[in-house]
Amino acid sequence: MLGLLHSLEIAVGATIVGLLIGICGAYGKLYGGPVVRDLLAVYTTVVRAVPELVLILLLYYAGTDLINQVLTAIGYQRVDISGLVAGIAVLGFCQGAYSTEVMRGAILAIPQGQIEAARAFGMSPGLLLRRITLPAMLPFAIPGLANLWLIATKDTALLAVVGFFELTLATRQAAGVTKAYLIFYLAAGVLYLAVTLFSNFLLGRAEKWARRGMPSVKEAR
Amino acid sequence: MSAVEAAAVSSGKAQNGAAEAIHVENLHKKFGRLHVLKGVSLSARDGEVIAIIGGSGSGKSTLLRCINCLENPTSGIIRVNGEEIKLKADSHGHTVPADRRQIERIRSKLGMVFQNFNLWSHMTLIENVIEVPVHVLGVKRDEAIAQAEKLLARVGLAEKRDVYPAYLSGGQQQRAAIARALAINPRVMLFDEPTSALDPELVGEVLKVIGDLAREGRTMVLVTHEMKFAREVATHVVYLYNGLVEEEGSPEQIFGAPKSERLKQFIRNIG
Repeated sequence: MLGLLHSLEIAVGATIVGLLIGICGAYGKLYGGPVVRDLLAVYTTVVRAVPELVLILLLYYAGTDLINQVLTAIGYQRVDISGLVAGIAVLGFCQGAYSTEVMRGAILAIPQGQIEAARAFGMSPGLLLRRITLPAMLPFAIPGLANLWLIATKDTALLAVVGFFELTLATRQAAGVTKAYLIFYLAAGVLYLAVTLFSNFLLGRAEKWARRGMPSVKEAR
Repeated sequence: MSAVEAAAVSSGKAQNGAAEAIHVENLHKKFGRLHVLKGVSLSARDGEVIAIIGGSGSGKSTLLRCINCLENPTSGIIRVNGEEIKLKADSHGHTVPADRRQIERIRSKLGMVFQNFNLWSHMTLIENVIEVPVHVLGVKRDEAIAQAEKLLARVGLAEKRDVYPAYLSGGQQQRAAIARALAINPRVMLFDEPTSALDPELVGEVLKVIGDLAREGRTMVLVTHEMKFAREVATHVVYLYNGLVEEEGSPEQIFGAPKSERLKQFIRNIG
């Protein structure tokens, strides 16, 4: 159970980090200058090209090492980066690349006239993002982001390789001690399934809310 | 009200003493190599209704969109409320507004109505109407709602206040868009072909709302294909051809006694 809690902590944290990166990334790709666009293109391409397990190993070991080296170099004490923080950062970094693309697509799907209308009434870029762009893109983004969230819940299992105590590692240890492999792995599977089912329920509600104002497609068949 | 009466009423309001709300001078706009506006000048005093007419591709929508910098003019002077829009060249040599806040301030005094309504689809009508007053102009929410209810009632949509735009007809959406523009209490209303996307039987209800606004002396710049309507409500008509003002004058002059051959032909074709 502690394992499940840790898994969820990481998944939630990574998704939030991923969403923030995604919003900035999508904005940068759509409206940024050539340098910003190129940098983001490199980011999304590389992160989506390299297997996540490799990225996790790389960022987890190399990343913490790099931070400590920088800290020592500028005269600070080495810090012990907790597995939780490192896990959130690493998975969030991976998620960010995918959600950048999901959000970019969703922003492109907003009828441009609505954004133009907001500009025509004197909205500042920040207000426009908060009041118009984000809510208007949500119905187009939610299916893709829901995918990313479900992937995030399962990607947490990859953190077992760096020794982070999440659901899969906890299961392996428990199963190893008791030799009741079937029971424990089945239980873990059921827990992942339960998380997914519960998420589906919430995401369905969220999508319904985000699509307020849009007539149901069923009626348009 | 007949055309002559309407003109008499409006020209009475737009006497020389009225302040100039919009002043455009020698405006050029290029899209790449396409030279859309080739030195257009335009002036709207308080209470005037300026109708911009012309064939497609004549630059009339571009002219309107330059006034609130939805398109950045390539060169020229634009003054709104006596305040000149500051422009500068960016690193690519394009002209862009020099001061974002100035543009935002000016835009919040111009009520724009679009061809495709452009209501915010995730907001109900009342939310659409209070959005700019509350979030841009800083009006208190209950005041904005009270004001918005009046405006929606005025355009005949009081009972639709909690409906989302997608569930309304084009005519209803456009009337709501007019209410949204009125809610900022604009110095000038800008209409960009407000009836061109509407079914013919819905055009009348929208024109009626715009006509009422004109008759109560609201300053407006109207890009339109509805010649009969332009003749009825405008105090001044500008005929654009190929990026230049080919002819302008009172509706009687333009429609009754056009001088230029092109305008004569345009009126024949469209009428």
